[in-house]
Amino acid sequence: MGKHTALYQKHLDAEAKIVDFAGWDMPLHYGSQLNEHRQVRETAGVFDVSHMTVVDVSGTQAQAYLRYLLANDVARLQETGKALYSCMLNEHGGVIDDLIVYYVDTNNYRVVVNAATREKDLAWMQKQAENYAVSLQEQDLSMLAVQGPQARAMALPLLPSSLQAPVAALKPFFAAWEADWFVGRTGYTGEDGIEIMLPNEAAPGLWDALLAAGVKPIGLGARDTLRLEAGMNLYGADMTEETTPCASGLGWTLAWTPETRDFIGRAAIEPLRQDGAEQLLIGLVLLEKGVLRAHQKVLVEGVGEGEITSGTFSPTLNAGIALARVPSALTEQVKVQIRDKAVLAKVVKPPFVRNGKALVEV
Amino acid sequence: MSEVPADLKYLKSHEWLHDLGDGFVTIGITDHAQALLGDLVFIDLPEVGQKVEAGAECTVLESVKAASDVYSPVNGEIVEVNEALGDAPEIINSDPYGDGWICRIKLSDNNDLSTLLDAAAYTEALEQEAD
Repeated sequence: MGKHTALYQKHLDAEAKIVDFAGWDMPLHYGSQLNEHRQVRETAGVFDVSHMTVVDVSGTQAQAYLRYLLANDVARLQETGKALYSCMLNEHGGVIDDLIVYYVDTNNYRVVVNAATREKDLAWMQKQAENYAVSLQEQDLSMLAVQGPQARAMALPLLPSSLQAPVAALKPFFAAWEADWFVGRTGYTGEDGIEIMLPNEAAPGLWDALLAAGVKPIGLGARDTLRLEAGMNLYGADMTEETTPCASGLGWTLAWTPETRDFIGRAAIEPLRQDGAEQLLIGLVLLEKGVLRAHQKVLVEGVGEGEITSGTFSPTLNAGIALARVPSALTEQVKVQIRDKAVLAKVVKPPFVRNGKALVEV
Repeated sequence: MSEVPADLKYLKSHEWLHDLGDGFVTIGITDHAQALLGDLVFIDLPEVGQKVEAGAECTVLESVKAASDVYSPVNGEIVEVNEALGDAPEIINSDPYGDGWICRIKLSDNNDLSTLLDAAAYTEALEQEAD
């Protein structure tokens, strides 16, 4: 038996198909992954993401520490509650994890990292913290992501009354908090919405209230198709410790300036700043019927071979879509080896879908 | 528990066969199989005239989650394909034993349908799988 979030019984009550995810028993779907996907694109759904790891970084050197630890620059965070997406690199420029860091003040930040990488992330962060006046405190909180065009309107009245006005006023990628509740206008679906961190005791009550308001529970299956349509990377699939951010479509998250800021991995990837990476992460849309899957071979004519890192069927585009790592070269079409056939796919720039709208032509 | 109609024959790999008599059969996948796969989004439909062998792959189904081979329960030749599935493979999810049939096969001479599972034996196989 795996670990259970505070909402495990709620998932069983909602007839979830439970699967193991990084040691946690989590809901894969509650009947139909496709319906759940559409629910989030059209109305609002709620995901239990309590398995994710929340770490508070505090101390007089909290900013200096994070500026060294992360490839994006937390000094860019100047407004209370502002969030930043960043990679955490090893010395070789490989990606240890991707994460979101929220700015509370220059001595206090909240970092949210992946569940599957929890142990190695915490060990790495602790090791790097030895040279700084900081303390790391993991928080045992539940986390609900409420996502979809109606998500904020439906969830807002269910928040503690003192948080309703601040959350209603949040701009994208900002957070507000009150006591143990912390609400960010962030997500992993390409839709508007919020992510709510809250005490475990309060999570089942909020879950019930959301469902009573018409928000539907959404499993990990739809979470994956939603994030892939939104062109968002999945750690462990689209980037790993063996790949740089530059070869993972994450060059935009690297803060090269100021030149004087050193960060772990900078020296290793600095050459890529001018020359680019030998490989690129591209988006693919299958031009025939079928489904793209991770690890299928991608043939770039006259250039070489690559591989799909994440693939699925896009319910919004009604087509196979994928992220693929290929040799750097401009190309409009590739072939993907699906079983015994080489099938044509169009190269596109992700995202595929944003705010319910297709961004690529099929 | 999933539905297992009494008048059909089964493979352990979750295909069903309806003996139409006169040497023709219809095949599809079971209710249990469609539930395992989840929402189906693609079927690589076989072609009329294609020869099939008992125990060999005759088509591929893809759900959002995974691709899955469908095995022919018999030796023979495909004489009709359920073309409606090409645009709407989800019919298999909603009606696996009815409108979700996959193809009709003309049996060759070397078939022994008595080796297939009946409903009781298939139900037992499902129970063992669940343990």
